[in-house]
Amino acid sequence: MALRTEPFVLNMGPVHPSTHGVFRMRATLDGEVVLDIEPVFGYLHRGVEKLAEQRTYTGFIPLTDRMDYLASMSNNLGYCLAVEKLAGVKIPERGEYLRVIMAELQRLASHLVAVGAFLNDCGAYFTPFLYMFREREKIVDLFEMVSGQRLTYNYMRIGGVSQDIPEEFLPAMDKFLATMPGFIDEIDRLLKENEILLARAKGVGVLSSENAIACGVSGPVLRSTGIKWDIRKADPYSIYDRFDFEIPTGEAGDCYDRYRVRVEEMRQSLHILNQARKDIPEGPVRADVSHLVRPPAGEVYGRIEAPKGELGFYLVSDNSIAPYRCHVRPPSLINLTPLREMVRGWKVQDLIIIFGSIDITMGEVDR
Amino acid sequence: MVLLDPAVNPELPNALPPDWPGDMLGISGFWWHWLIFTLIIIIFVLTMVMAVIYIERRGMARMQSRLGPNRTGPFGIFQPVADAVKVLLKENIVPGTADKLVHWLAPVVAFAPALLIFAVIPFGNGALLADLNIGILYVVAVSSVSTVGVFMAGWGSSNKYSLLGAMRNVAAVVSYEIPLVLAVVGVILIAGSLSMNQIVLAQDIPFILLQPLGFFLFFTAGCAEINRSPFDLMEADSEIVAGFHTEYSGMKFAMFYLVEYAEAVAVAAIITTLFLGGWRGPLLPPWFWFVIKVVAVFFLMVWTRSTLPRVRIDQLMAFAWKFLLPVALINLFVTAVQVLAWPDTLPWVVVPINFAVMAVLILLWAKIFYKVGWGRLEV
Repeated sequence: MALRTEPFVLNMGPVHPSTHGVFRMRATLDGEVVLDIEPVFGYLHRGVEKLAEQRTYTGFIPLTDRMDYLASMSNNLGYCLAVEKLAGVKIPERGEYLRVIMAELQRLASHLVAVGAFLNDCGAYFTPFLYMFREREKIVDLFEMVSGQRLTYNYMRIGGVSQDIPEEFLPAMDKFLATMPGFIDEIDRLLKENEILLARAKGVGVLSSENAIACGVSGPVLRSTGIKWDIRKADPYSIYDRFDFEIPTGEAGDCYDRYRVRVEEMRQSLHILNQARKDIPEGPVRADVSHLVRPPAGEVYGRIEAPKGELGFYLVSDNSIAPYRCHVRPPSLINLTPLREMVRGWKVQDLIIIFGSIDITMGEVDR
Repeated sequence: MVLLDPAVNPELPNALPPDWPGDMLGISGFWWHWLIFTLIIIIFVLTMVMAVIYIERRGMARMQSRLGPNRTGPFGIFQPVADAVKVLLKENIVPGTADKLVHWLAPVVAFAPALLIFAVIPFGNGALLADLNIGILYVVAVSSVSTVGVFMAGWGSSNKYSLLGAMRNVAAVVSYEIPLVLAVVGVILIAGSLSMNQIVLAQDIPFILLQPLGFFLFFTAGCAEINRSPFDLMEADSEIVAGFHTEYSGMKFAMFYLVEYAEAVAVAAIITTLFLGGWRGPLLPPWFWFVIKVVAVFFLMVWTRSTLPRVRIDQLMAFAWKFLLPVALINLFVTAVQVLAWPDTLPWVVVPINFAVMAVLILLWAKIFYKVGWGRLEV
């Protein structure tokens, strides 16, 4: 007797242990095999773009913190860059250096969470996750020193940063920079050639470079497919053209490459941090810009290489104290575009790790 | 091979019969023995479960550079008690569409076999509920029954996550039972008996030295059978929420939690009995040696759990059929040849040979396994 089988729909989320927030997937499964998924999101929508129209340019900065809450500094930087481009503000040297330092520390923190959460999705019972968080804690301590906050820093301002770093910051950062390379080596020792991780992640969820470009994917997910595209090099902003660093790329565009690219990027970030630490000048940290900045009428698109990809802010000004329109290009949302093609034909367990390897923050997907 | 057959080697310690007390209060000694050891087993299992939960939580916390529970009592040792009280006071929720009877019965069906296994585990010479002459066969038979309970839970919950978890569990148990039994057969060949007490008595040197590969196979397959990491696909919290017990709450959830750890203790106890010399050991009382060894084996499970990621379902199957099964067969063959052809060989000759065989086989298979695509093969 032939068994009659039929695909069934499994609803994953919005409340599920590994959907990184309130993401929901309606997965059509044939037994364990994923036939199709339908991503559903918007459970965390707060209308950030609309809120921007009712706030001053400066007043919107705290809201950018709450988009990608694992990389608040980068969000601050992306937004401030866009406004400065619009208003034509020149930032003092020390301010630029502090911004780069904060952005790179933030990249480290974000990638630590990304790698840890990815391993957690692979089923390593919290150990890598907690190891990563132990190191992230040191970065968060540094951020607390400069901004008083541990998650939503609200540190950058239009024209620089809100305040100069305290005198104990640089020694603390030196200590961190001295220990971090050893920790990254430790991650590599533990995970790089872990047989189960290789079996689970290598060749799984392959994203072709053509598909990645067609979907507008950016950041480590794009670089894992072998394309050297990093806005810090391609369209240098702030003072990134002064630093020497590599763009690590993958080859296959699978989950393992995405994980490797993140680890290698951590090394490059440390390299940038060391250079910035050496060159940081004295001086003011903030240009003399009014809190109620009124950029001339016009529109601007400012973008940065956030830890998760290209974070862009599109602002339209009508020469008032608030943007006429603010649009955000969130890397998390756009990197999710090829998810459906990536997971088709893989198993439920792969669906989870492919989703995890893209590294999204729901606050940014839904805004 | 060492002469482990008592008939051939009269110097082996003799098995004591189960120490039945005499008739008391008009009830025969047999029933007193039954009563006492049933109580001992239940108390032992419940205490050990609490102990191993504490060990797991604290041990894993230490491995993950955090503290673990340390608020309830000295060093947090009452944490399992607090958890038990909490879970008992919780509301029992049954899904509306659940098959009520099956849903209710599942934890019981799953829990009973975990206790039954201990009937044949010796805590000392002759100190066991029933010295069955088919002891290990009984263990293998009974331990599979809890799968029925797990599948009932998956089916009766009327939840897709539960069903996925239950199906994974059945697939894993069916596959891993075979290398598990084949690993046991090597021990039986050397000991010349199926009785657990006789197997312990035969271990003048622990069988882990004579059967290193058997120990490895049994440990791996045992971990897979009881859903310990890296084979914990049936309750993979990051994938299918909690697997078969997603829809359970209150006392019924506590039962499944208990089953999980009781089975872990059972596997540790079987490994102790088969490979680590059971209750035998110098100076300390036998039951104490037994507990120490059980905890040591359990600690090994905690260690793997906090170290390794989870394998995928097809890799789980491939690992059982393409790695464990052939290696187990070769191990059985080698052991049989040793027992049959050179029964008089001294242990210190056999031990290095067996370790070498293990190393060669595992390396060989690991290389082949590597070549066929990281074990990534469709099932």
